[in-house]
Amino acid sequence: MAESQSPEGSGSPPPSLPPATGQDVPGGTDPGATRGFWGNWFWRLVSMAVVFGAWEIGGRIPISIAFPTFSDTLFALGSMIADGSMGKAYLSTLQPLVIGVVISALLGVGLGVCMGLWRGVEWFGAPVFIVMQAAPMAALIPLVTFVYGIGLTAKVLAVCLLALPVIVLNSYKAVRNSNPSLIQMCRSFQGSRLQEIVKVIVPDASPVIFAGLRLGIAAGFIGVVLAELLITPTGIGDLITYHRAVAEYAEMYATIFSIIVFSAVTVGFLETVEVRFFRPERKGR
Amino acid sequence: MKLFGRRIPMMFSLVFWCVVWEIVGRTQDILLVPPFTHVLVACEELLRTPKFLDAVVITLKAFGAGMALAIAIGIPLGVLMGRVEAANRLLGMWVNVFVSAPLTALVPILMILFGLGQATIIVTVFLFAVWIIVLDTYAGVRHVSPSLLEMGRSFGATRWQLYTRLLVWAALPEILAGVRLGLIRGVKGMVIGQLLVAIVGLGELFELYSRNFLMEEFWALTILLFGFALGLAELIGLVERRVEFYAGTRS
Amino acid sequence: MAAGPSPPTEAASARADIVRVQGISKVYEGGIQALDGIDLAFPEGKLTSLLGPSGCGKTTLLKIIAGLLEASAGDVFVHGSKVSTPGPERAFVFQDFALIPWSTVLRNVAFGLELRGVGKNERNDVARKYIAEVGLSGFEDRYPHELSGGMRQRVGLARALAVNADVLLMDEPFSAVDEQTRRKFQEDLIALLDNEKKTVIFVTHSIEEAVYVSNQVVLLSRRPGRVARVIRTDIRSVGTPDEIRRDKRYLDTVEEIWQMLRQYLT
Repeated sequence: MAESQSPEGSGSPPPSLPPATGQDVPGGTDPGATRGFWGNWFWRLVSMAVVFGAWEIGGRIPISIAFPTFSDTLFALGSMIADGSMGKAYLSTLQPLVIGVVISALLGVGLGVCMGLWRGVEWFGAPVFIVMQAAPMAALIPLVTFVYGIGLTAKVLAVCLLALPVIVLNSYKAVRNSNPSLIQMCRSFQGSRLQEIVKVIVPDASPVIFAGLRLGIAAGFIGVVLAELLITPTGIGDLITYHRAVAEYAEMYATIFSIIVFSAVTVGFLETVEVRFFRPERKGR
Repeated sequence: MKLFGRRIPMMFSLVFWCVVWEIVGRTQDILLVPPFTHVLVACEELLRTPKFLDAVVITLKAFGAGMALAIAIGIPLGVLMGRVEAANRLLGMWVNVFVSAPLTALVPILMILFGLGQATIIVTVFLFAVWIIVLDTYAGVRHVSPSLLEMGRSFGATRWQLYTRLLVWAALPEILAGVRLGLIRGVKGMVIGQLLVAIVGLGELFELYSRNFLMEEFWALTILLFGFALGLAELIGLVERRVEFYAGTRS
Repeated sequence: MAAGPSPPTEAASARADIVRVQGISKVYEGGIQALDGIDLAFPEGKLTSLLGPSGCGKTTLLKIIAGLLEASAGDVFVHGSKVSTPGPERAFVFQDFALIPWSTVLRNVAFGLELRGVGKNERNDVARKYIAEVGLSGFEDRYPHELSGGMRQRVGLARALAVNADVLLMDEPFSAVDEQTRRKFQEDLIALLDNEKKTVIFVTHSIEEAVYVSNQVVLLSRRPGRVARVIRTDIRSVGTPDEIRRDKRYLDTVEEIWQMLRQYLT
């Protein structure tokens, strides 16, 4: 893994931390990284034409009665946006997603940074989150429903369950592996521990912390969709479940298509933000 | 963490948390948190119930099939993308989208296309696992130093030899990392698939236990599942560290 | 200086020797002994090189003097008083430059002053002065990754000069710099030091570099590092850099040190 993985690779790794878990940083191996995620429009259009063309043909054969063509799906998407049902669904889906992600971000970055800075906190906290990151946390969602019922709280918790571990672990690793040479430099100029943290460690860790937030948001999307399908159908989950029940497959596919595009655009946008604002020296690289 | 001047491995803090769990379970009368020892007993009982064993067999079959597919397709695809620029440009975008997409949303489609059974679970495992394998394989192949391939060519290696004797081995650390992450994601996909389908394997049991408030069994199942996921990841991690041993000299 | 805990005789000698180390030993965790009973004195205003086979602990010794590492035994005296932590009278130049990648050259050079709470305008003025002195005027707003290795180390040097410390500790400052740049840098460094009147402790693995830039060369033995010999060189009085490099005394000294060091290489 290239550039963004280097903090993991360089500094001395935490001694008893098994490298076997949770270095889930797909952003680090981004095949598009060399020319920018949304770069090279021509190839993207060709690529989309091929995939959507195949979809259209598959729908026209048809592969299955439950496999609408791409054009039907796109048409359904248009009409759902026009009649406002899509907008309403997104408003209600975004609620638990945003609340859950904000809670996870605040809590996760705080916890992760503390774990990276103090060995005691690390000892108590890191293994728990390593387990959480490697384990299928989705299994706990039925339990969440059991405790918190079927309301907003349960959905927020579902988002947190999936988003929190990756945010915590990325922040923790970023801080733990911050450049030892820079820390020594700061000490050699009699920087205090506070100055060391504020002026060197946290800025040095911020790109990896932000990458963790991006991964957390991607996990949050999985969590919120799962919650809406599993707990009670609301928002996007409701649209999917309803159109499936009445066999309006084009509308069902359109909803699923839209949430995947929406999450891809969100994550892609965050990646752009990451490069542009977090590391001014990397601009235009 | 040091205690009495001796270093205690970090993973031991899990023991501490289990003790906390036990104390909370015993002192607090919360239905949700049965004492940890009771959960362990339930674990042991569970391991002897035929219903659980059946579910495990079904689940492992689906998981194995899905992972085998993901590895068999993911690695060649990653190598292709790493070596052929056109393939990379055509597929790169989709791999990037799907590696972080909410694939959960696709499960309802799979359910109507493949029915409420094993096939859906297999495809779900495959979809969750394959993208990260492709991505890491791609990164590994891109990482291989060109001079290594030039060396191969200068000694008269055929194209096939170049790929099977040099390229794949040189990229092995990244490929293994991809497979490990793929396994972790595959387990998550399997659980999500089974929860949504709700009538196969462990998903059925989870449904059953949480619906009937059988918390000890529920936690036992969760612990076994978590243990399986961790054990699997640790196993690949072990292989990975051995490979990194020789790969460590690579620049 | 008299405030130091050391007896008056030592305080007197400290006037000439700004840094002294006494009986420094260092045993790393795991039992590897890097240094064994090092006694050295570094005269004020002079450049002393620490030279030795790789792994002899020269960098360890330098970092102990800097207060970045703790010695297992022995003491470091600066201006006659004992030190064990970094202090304002010492400044470090790092082998890997240790520049802050997200900060401009200006902010990097001003970083030491920033940590001391010097106001922004004041510290930027000081930084600009030293950026000019190391020959980097016009690069104030560049980021480290836009600079070559040699230029990055000039930033590192300017940062160390900006805090106005008496002692510069340089850890193989030119090892990551290509050969041609290094020669120019060595010449510039010497010229700069003549102006600044600094005491320099300089770690290097290059014999030529040590003889060329130093007033005295300390030879360390193979691990565990001990002081094998101290050689006064003072080659700089010979004349221009080109004359020095062809001077017989320079070549003889290089050869003499090489003969001593080669015994460690088998």
